[in-house]
Amino acid sequence: MTSERRSKTLTAVLMITPFVITYLTVFAYPVYKMFALSFTNAPLVGEGEWVGFDNYLKLLNQKLFFTSVWNTGYFVVLTVIPNTLIGLGLALMVVRLRGWLQSLILVLFFLPYILPVSVVTQIWEWVLDQQFGIAQHIIEFVTGRRISVFRDPLWAMPMVALVTVWWTNGFNLLLFIAGLRNIPADYYEAAMLDGATRWQCFKRITWPLIWPVTALVLTLQLILQLKIFDQVYLMTEGGPFNSTYVLLQLVYREAFRLNHGGLGSAVAVFLFLIIVTVSVLQYQLLRVRGR
Amino acid sequence: MQRKSIGNILLLLLTLCVACMWAFPLYWAAVTSMKPEHEVISKTTFIPDVFNFSAYYFALFETNLATWYVNSLVTSITVTVVVILISVMCAYALSQIVFPGRRLLYGIILASFMVPSQALVVSQFVLMYRFGLINSWGGIILPQLIVPVVVIVYKQFFDSVPKELREAAKLDGCGDFQILFRLYLPLNWGITTALAIITYIMAWNAFLWPFLVTNSEDMMTVTVGITQVDDAFGVKYARDMAVAILAAMPVALAYLLFQKRVTQALMLSSGIKG
Repeated sequence: MTSERRSKTLTAVLMITPFVITYLTVFAYPVYKMFALSFTNAPLVGEGEWVGFDNYLKLLNQKLFFTSVWNTGYFVVLTVIPNTLIGLGLALMVVRLRGWLQSLILVLFFLPYILPVSVVTQIWEWVLDQQFGIAQHIIEFVTGRRISVFRDPLWAMPMVALVTVWWTNGFNLLLFIAGLRNIPADYYEAAMLDGATRWQCFKRITWPLIWPVTALVLTLQLILQLKIFDQVYLMTEGGPFNSTYVLLQLVYREAFRLNHGGLGSAVAVFLFLIIVTVSVLQYQLLRVRGR
Repeated sequence: MQRKSIGNILLLLLTLCVACMWAFPLYWAAVTSMKPEHEVISKTTFIPDVFNFSAYYFALFETNLATWYVNSLVTSITVTVVVILISVMCAYALSQIVFPGRRLLYGIILASFMVPSQALVVSQFVLMYRFGLINSWGGIILPQLIVPVVVIVYKQFFDSVPKELREAAKLDGCGDFQILFRLYLPLNWGITTALAIITYIMAWNAFLWPFLVTNSEDMMTVTVGITQVDDAFGVKYARDMAVAILAAMPVALAYLLFQKRVTQALMLSSGIKG
């Protein structure tokens, strides 16, 4: 019996070893190292000395840190709720369609989500180009002038948010469509028999039953958008006047541009803690939902 | 009844309009890439006067696109194969074999969903530097190999395979490795293709990590490389759009060919069974 048990354990060990070794090397150890580095004054590569909480205190005295926190929050506000609502709205429209028409429309909405971020930003840089961009016709119509949107502190972040919503909405749409398909059709038929209007149907049936998916989309979006870097870096590099500087970009700047590995890690730890907190809250929220 | 069907038609038209507007930037990029450079900036035409492919010629033969393609293909395919392989074995052990520390390992993998890989870039960079892997395929690949969700999805699927199947195979003298690769994996072939395609797309699209770990143009992946084209040649939009379209092609095609699988994998990884 014991020998069978031992051989079982041996097989299990053989099977988990490749994953566990990779996990420890490129995941667990970097997590530990991130914390360790944040208490040192190490450059990007090389040894540093233990400096306690100095890096964290430095951050509290750094204006750019607060700008980045603020901008990250601003970006989250600009994307999370609109992205969820637009996703739900589009899903309500698409779910009514049938057959090939639905597939076609779904592809049109979903395709951007599959594209690499640098392709998305290149396309939008062209669409929004101050001189020749086709979207400038709309901007000119609304504001009366052409605007170099990524060079204008007022416009830059909302435009990055717009591009992000365009890019990532397909995924939310998909989750909402799955959710809507799970609502039994008889509910609507019964309501129709009772003479309910479309709005009443939405308010009394669709909304309460789609709420769990909405909560899921909201929290997934929140976690995702806190980690924003790529779009900002590619479209504005954090400018103009730091108006789009975000937390992950501060990590990049401190660690990779200014060679402050320790300070960069401290920013990373800060971001890490925010995301863990949000994830725990999400888990609680969705667990409540599951009961 | 009459009013309702008019309402339906209006809604349908609205949906079509919104969908076309949504996809317009893609159309515009495609059209622009087929115009000669002077037409791009001289007038707004929705269909080019003459279809001109010089921008594609430029993108293919006068940039490093070919090199970047090779780098992207090698790294994305390696990431996909290794992720699937190490995850499927780990998931099988977690699901089918009782061994000490099993619950702990499962808990740790679940908990790692919370860790944003982006926060790890500094320490991962230091590690890759120590390994001497900066500017190499290995450096691009290694930190992308841990995808906890693949393990979890496989485990859930293996949990639902009837126990009798494994016991019967055991009686026939199969070891666990054989059971996994001859029986469980083929049984879950659909989910394997789904997870593989989505892993491949995510690896192809990765930006931040390849951007940090490569600085020589010869080692960049497509997503990073194409951002260099501007710098070297000045802004030329037909060229930029041709480059962008070529860069997006491998994932766009993968998606269009395997739509169902892609959406299935996304649903699974977000916790909604599809």
